[in-house]
This record gives sequence, structure tokens and C-alpha cells, in this order.
Amino acid sequence: MIPLSWYLYLSAGLFGLGLYGVLARKNAIAILMGVELMLNAVNINIVAFWRYLTPENMSGQAFAVMVFAVAAAEVAVGLALVISIYRRRKTVDANEINLMKW
Amino acid sequence: MTTETLIWLIPLPPLLAFFLILLFTRRNHALSHTVGVGAALLSWLLGMLVFVAAIGVEHLGEHPFTSSVGWLPLGSDIFSVGVLIDPLSAVTLFFVAWTVLMIFIFSIGYHNFGQPKGEHDVPGLPPHGATEHGHSVPSVEPMYSRFFAFIALFAFGMFTLVVSDNLLTLFVGWEIMGLCSYLLIGFWYAKPSARAAAIKAFITTRIGDVFMLLGIVALYAATGTLNFREILYNPELLEQLASAPSVIAGLSLAGLIGLLLFIGTVGKSAQWPLHVWLPDAMEGPTPVSAMIHAATMVSAGVYMVLRMFPLLSAGWEHGAPLNTTMTVMAFIGAFTALFAATIALTQKDIKRVLAYSTISQLGYMIAALGIGAYVAAAFHLVTHAFFKALLFLSSGSVIHGMEHGVLHTEGGQHSGEHIDPQDMFNMGGLKNKMPITFWTFLIGGLALSGFPLITAGFWSKDEILADAFGNGHLLVFITLAVAALLTAFYTMRQITLTFLGKPRTKAAEHASENVRTMTVPLMVLSVFAIAAGWVGIPEHFPGLGGLLPSWFHEFVGGTLLEHPEAVTFDTVPLLVSIVVALAGLALGWLAYRNAKQEDPLRKPLGRAYTLLESKYYFDELYDAVFVRPAKRFAEGFSYMFLDRQVIDGALHRVAQAAFLLGSIFRNYFDTPVVNGFGDFTASVTQSFGRLLRKVQTGQVQQYLLFVALLAFGGLFYYLLNVLQ
Amino acid sequence: MTAQQGVFLFISFVILFSAYTMVTRSNLVHAALFLVVTLFGVAVIFVLLDAGFLAVVQVLVYIGAIAILMIFAVMLTQDNAAKQQESMNLNYGWALLLSALFAFALIVMLGQWPDIGGLAPALDPRRDTIAELGSALVSPDGYVIPFEVASVLLLAALIGALVVARPQKKDK
Repeated sequence: MIPLSWYLYLSAGLFGLGLYGVLARKNAIAILMGVELMLNAVNINIVAFWRYLTPENMSGQAFAVMVFAVAAAEVAVGLALVISIYRRRKTVDANEINLMKW
Repeated sequence: MTTETLIWLIPLPPLLAFFLILLFTRRNHALSHTVGVGAALLSWLLGMLVFVAAIGVEHLGEHPFTSSVGWLPLGSDIFSVGVLIDPLSAVTLFFVAWTVLMIFIFSIGYHNFGQPKGEHDVPGLPPHGATEHGHSVPSVEPMYSRFFAFIALFAFGMFTLVVSDNLLTLFVGWEIMGLCSYLLIGFWYAKPSARAAAIKAFITTRIGDVFMLLGIVALYAATGTLNFREILYNPELLEQLASAPSVIAGLSLAGLIGLLLFIGTVGKSAQWPLHVWLPDAMEGPTPVSAMIHAATMVSAGVYMVLRMFPLLSAGWEHGAPLNTTMTVMAFIGAFTALFAATIALTQKDIKRVLAYSTISQLGYMIAALGIGAYVAAAFHLVTHAFFKALLFLSSGSVIHGMEHGVLHTEGGQHSGEHIDPQDMFNMGGLKNKMPITFWTFLIGGLALSGFPLITAGFWSKDEILADAFGNGHLLVFITLAVAALLTAFYTMRQITLTFLGKPRTKAAEHASENVRTMTVPLMVLSVFAIAAGWVGIPEHFPGLGGLLPSWFHEFVGGTLLEHPEAVTFDTVPLLVSIVVALAGLALGWLAYRNAKQEDPLRKPLGRAYTLLESKYYFDELYDAVFVRPAKRFAEGFSYMFLDRQVIDGALHRVAQAAFLLGSIFRNYFDTPVVNGFGDFTASVTQSFGRLLRKVQTGQVQQYLLFVALLAFGGLFYYLLNVLQ
Repeated sequence: MTAQQGVFLFISFVILFSAYTMVTRSNLVHAALFLVVTLFGVAVIFVLLDAGFLAVVQVLVYIGAIAILMIFAVMLTQDNAAKQQESMNLNYGWALLLSALFAFALIVMLGQWPDIGGLAPALDPRRDTIAELGSALVSPDGYVIPFEVASVLLLAALIGALVVARPQKKDK
């Protein structure tokens, strides 16, 4: 009874929020959280399309699982990096980690 | 090997010797003089062979030995050069070969071969003694080999001149001798007087040479050839030249050419007014003086006019009045003969007397030729070469002996002034100290004076006087006779001062005779000085005439197309010449037999003496009229103006212009445009960079923002447009 | 409005609200907790989409591991000075614009798609989706290779995280 469009609109909104979080937050961990939001939005998208378009083919869910795995891996490494940076610079402010500036 | 081949070979040995000595044997004195004398000997041998062959030919003048090669292709024809031996060149070859050989041998002893090297001797200055076992001995000339090389080159030049069959190679030989006279007069180049004399000789003869070259060019332009046989033995051609007008009014083409060529002789044979170089040329070593001023170079001048006689006398018949060229020659010859004889009366230096006497004797020859006495002039040329070479060489022997004496006296004591070994007033009584030299000098001097009968000079001089008298040229006759008187006078003066009486200085007391290499050539030449005259005794001479055939007349007279007639015998000139000779000798002896340091003639002649002693101030005149203005011109105009202002100024202007142009380019183009462009590019890049680098803030989120903006923007644009 | 739709609306509101709050909160622990709420909401969405296994995995992995990890990280990197900085950086204007625009454009574009209003096809209740998922993941005709690659990726991430976060040995 729920049209596909609702799910898609939901995931679009969630993705936008996640994008905002990535681009606008100062704290590195908050950025990572934004990334998680985006990934979740993607997941919702995948599963919604699976359910509505090709429910007999399990590839949708399979790839949602992949996304989980990748998200986990990415968070692990990302947080390790953040911690490593914190140890060095005593800060996790993304603005201050600008060694690559001109 | 034919005679023609031998003739070609004659000039070569000395040339080879020149190169060999300069390139290889410089350090070894013995080797150098061996090469030099060997070359002279070889040329002598070849010359004698050719001469013997030549005198054996009947009428050599009509078919002489010739050989030529085509050398220079000129348009349609080829200019040939070659060799020619006719009677004139045969006798010239004879005396040149002998005198050159004698001079070469003499030089060995003159330059003290075998003596030790002097401690203070430097190349460029005459050697002044070495010490051996405590006392001074003569030292060997430091530039020994160079001397032989140069005289070898000189010999080459003369031989070339004698055997050549055309005016061009004659001129080549002429110029080579000019060069060598410069090199040899300035042999002791460290002496400023020698350098000056060398330049003077070269430039003075050059003046003559320029006119001679003009004459050669005119001749070639008029006739298209320079070959002697083609021009001089071609009566039609000579007629043509004699009648063709030249650029100078009143002078035919032949006359003009003849005059121009004659001017070359005036320079080369030191006639007035170009006589000034010859006395100064005594700066060279004595063998050089003998070579240049007796045997070869000055004789070359006379040889050339003898050779060109048909051209010079074109238009003149025997007995007719002289044409212009011959008049000029007669005048200059006679004038010079008297002029130089007067100067010779007052000279102190033994060589200078001989120098002026050479000028005077050459004047005789030129005057003889001027009046048409062809054979007489040739005869006097031959005999003069022998006795003048003899005189110069024996004066060299005297000087050498005097130097020995000087070394002796100065070596021991350091007081006293430096004695000039060439000043006759420092000599005296050398008869006993140097007997061979004395006798040979005496023979030469008598020959010069024209001592009757036994000396060669008598026969030749008498012939000239006879010709002058017989053909009615009385002015010439009288001038020459007076000159002959003066000649005998100053010759006896010379002999008396040098050899007779008592030694006037210590150096003269200690003078000694010289080595055989020096005395033997003297003896050989004295034989010729006596005997050479006997080949030319005129037929109608009382007593002796007819005993020996007048071979010289026959032989040399055959050179010309028409055999010149012998002048009819007259007792007047004969008596005049005998009287003049004997009187001059007697007067000379009388005047000088008791002379001390002062010339006994000085006081009586007074101002005239000073005039003569100063050579009529000709040197000063030339200096004021030519040399100083030339120097001023060179300094003021050529150097200061043309060179420094015009040429250097032009260069400076060019430099300034270039600099200005460069500055313009630099300031208006290079700096603003080129540099500016480069700088502009750089600064634009820099400002862009400065602008663009602000993008790199190092903040990841900003990068992400950009990425997201562009990516999504692009994506949406694409999707919206394409998928519509 | 069916119950499903009501639930969906409620849950999506929760999700969006907590997501919004999460990205605007300065206090990171709060943000993390709101993340948890969002993730939980997403799990419910999965349930609505008949992907029960994924819902459970979501809770277990995302909430149970990832969010916890985040909280740990927040705690480990807390600033001692405890200055309460603003949460936004200087770009937030542009970010806001961009994300709003993006979401909006996405929605508009999606609206263009004709099938977007389609309803879910019926699922056969006898299908064992979990078993099918499992066999899809490990069957060679299926997605075993992505599966293995994901394993390797996890291994790499594991080792990488260890290496990066290892305390540096300093000679002092």
C-alpha cells in the first residue's frame, strides 16, 4: 500500500541530511556519522527497489549486505584515523587538519 | 746535357744553398759555408762551361743559346720566360761567376771562421773580440750562416738577371737583389746606422724601380712582349717605337720607355740624383760591399741598359746626333762621374772612397753608353767588376788587419779612445805589415786609375775616352778626362794614406796579414785586374795592336744587330788618358806622402773642402725636401687625421651607433616587450596561482563541497536535459 | 490510510527528525545517540520492506557495532577543555544549499519517473528469503565473489585500523 515513491523520498531526504552533515560539521566523528546516514539512505534505496521491482532476485539484499560490510569497514578505519590524528594534534576539528593547504 | 739545360741550372745552386742554410745548417758554421761556397762553385763551374761553349760559337749574336717555357697563359697567347746567352750575357756571366766565387771564399776568412765565440758578441752587432789565453783575438761573426744564406740569395738574383731572356725575369732578379741589398746592408741590424742605411738603399733604389716598372709596362703595352730577342732584334718594331708619339710631347715612345728604364738604372747604379744610398751602404760587411757595389748589383743596372741599348738608341744612327734618351744618359753619366770623383777626394773612410769611386766609374759606363760606345761600356763594366771587387775585398782585408791591431792595442790597455779601423788617417805603413793586401790593393788601384798598358782599367777607360773624342762629344770627353785625373789622384791618396809612410796609430803598428781564405781571392782577382784588359786591345793601337786580336770587340760587338764600328784610332785621347793617369797618381802621392792625422788638403781648399766632405749636402737636401715632409705628412695627415680621426673615428662611430642601437633595442624592445612578456606571463601565472591556490585550504569538507557541487550539478544537468 | 502507511509515516518522521538533530547537535554524545535512533528507525523500515534479516543485521551491526564505536571514539577524543564549539563550520551555508538542492532535485527527478507510484508486488509467503539470501551470497553463480571481496576488505580494514590506531612507540 505504500508506493515506492515514499521510500525513495525518504531516502533522498535522509541522504541530503547526511550530505549536509558531512559538509557542514566541524568534528571529524560527526562527519563520519553523516557518512553513515548517507549509507543508510542508500541501503533503504537498494532494499526498496529490490522489494518493489525484483523481489524474486536476492541480489538487492545481497548488495545491501555488502553495503553493511563496507560501512563497517570504513567506520573502523575512519575512526582509527581520527584517533590517530587526535593523538597527534589533540584535535578532531576538521578545519584544523589542513596540512594539505597551499 | 745541352748547354741550354746548363744555363737553366746556373741560378739554382745558390737558391738551394739559401734554403738549405736557413733551414738546416744554421748552427754549423763549417757546413753553412761549405754549402754556400759549394753552390757558388757549382754555379761558377756551370757558368764557365756555358761561357766556353759560348765563345766557341761563330756569330753568337745571331744565334744565341736560348730556351724558354710557356709560363703564363694570357688570353690567347702565352707569356714565355726563358734563358738567353748571347755575347753580352756570356761576358757578364763570366765576371759575375768569378767575382761571386771569390767573394764567397773571402767571406769565410772575413767573418773569422774558426775563431772562438766572443763573450760579449750578440747577433746583430759586429763581433768585437774574444779573450783567449789572456789576450784578445778576433771572434767569429755570430750570424755567420745567415750571411752565407743571404749572399747566396743575392747570387741567385744576379744569375737570374744575367741569364734571363725577358725583362720580367730580369726585373725579378733585380728586385731580389734589391731585397738582399737591404738585408745585407742592414746585416748588423742592431746598429741604428746600419738600419737607416738599409732603408735608405731600399727606398732610393725603389724609386728607380717604380719608374723602371712603368717602363716595362709601357713596353709591354706597346709591343705585347718583353722578350729581348723579339723586341731588340726587330728593326721594324724599333722603328715603330721610335716614331710613335708618347704622352710626353716631343718624346717618342721608344724614348719614353728608354728614359723610364734608364731611371731604374739611375737608382740601381747609384747615379746622380739617386746616388745617396751607395756610400751609406758601406755599413754592411765588406764582402757585401764588394758584392753589391762592384760585382753584381750596380753592374746589373749597367747590364740592363746595355741589354736595352737597341731600344734606347732607337732612331739614332752612328754619327748622327744623339736622341733624347742617350743625351740624358750621357749627361747624367758624365756629370755623376765628375761629381762623385770630387766627393771621393775628401773622404776619410777607406770604403767610402771606394763607394764614390764606384759611382764615378758607373757614370763612365753610362756616359759611354749615352754616346753610343756600346762595346766600350761593356768592356769597362767587365774590367771594373774585377778591379772594384778586388779593391773592396782588399780594403776588407785592410780593415780586418786593422781590427786585429785594434784588438791588440785595446785588449791590453783600457785607456785611449776607440780607433775606427776604417779611417785611413789611422792607418799608414801597412805595406810592411800586410804585403799581399798591399800588392793586390795596388794592382786594383792602378787599374782603377787607368795605369797605362798593364792594367785592365787603362784599356777600358781609354776606349771610352777615345769614343767620346772620336765621335765629337767633347764636353763628355773633357768631363771624363777630368774625372779620370781626380780618380787617379784620390786612388793614390788612398794608397799612400793606407799603406805608405809610417803607421799613424798603435793599431796600425799591430796590424797583421790575413788568412789564406782572404788573400787567395785577392790574388786571383788581381790576375784578372791585369789580364782582363788584354782581350780588348784595339787593333790600331801602336805596337801592341794586332798582337792579340781584339777579341772583345768582335765578340761583344756581335750582340747588336749591326756590329758597331770601332772608332778610328787617334793619339789625342790616348795621350790624354796616359797623362791624366800618371799625373793624378803622382800628384796624389806627392800631396799625401807626409800626411799626419789632418788631411793636408783641408786648409788650402777651405770651404770647398767642407762642401765636398759633406757630399754637397745632398743628404741634407733630400732630408729636408723629401724625408721630413714625408714624415710630417705621415705623422700629421696619414696618422693623426686619416688613421686616428677618419678610420678610427669611423670605427668609433660604428661602435657608438651599434651601442646606441643596442641600447634602443634593449630599452625599447628587449626589456619591455621580451622581458616584459616573460615577466607578464610569470606574473599572470603567479596571480592566477595566488588566486587559485586559495581553493586548496586543506580542509577536506571544502573539497567535498566543491566535488559535490560540480558532480551533482553536472549529473543533474545531464539527466534533466538528456532524459527529457 | 492503512496501518502500514501510518507506521511508515511515523517512522520516517522519526528518522528525519533524529537525523536532523544528529547533524545539528554540538554535543557529540547526543549526536551519537540520535544516530542510534535513526538507525533503529531504518531497521523498522527494513522490516516494512519485508527484509527482516537486514533489519536485524542493521541493529546488530550498525547500532551494536558502529554506533557504539562512534560513541567510543567520541569519548576517546573528547576535548578536555570542553569548550562547546559550534557544530558547524564556515561552509555550512553552501552545504545547506547544496544538500537542500540535491534532495529537492532528486525528488523532482524521481517524480518524473512514471513508475514511481507503483505498489509492492506480493511476496510468496512460502519463500524463505533468508535462505535465498544465504545461498545467493555463497553460490558460485551468485555473489560469492563480492562476498569474498567484502571479507578481504573487512580484513584489510581490521588490520589497517589496528595499524593506524596503534600507539606510537616513542623513545623518550
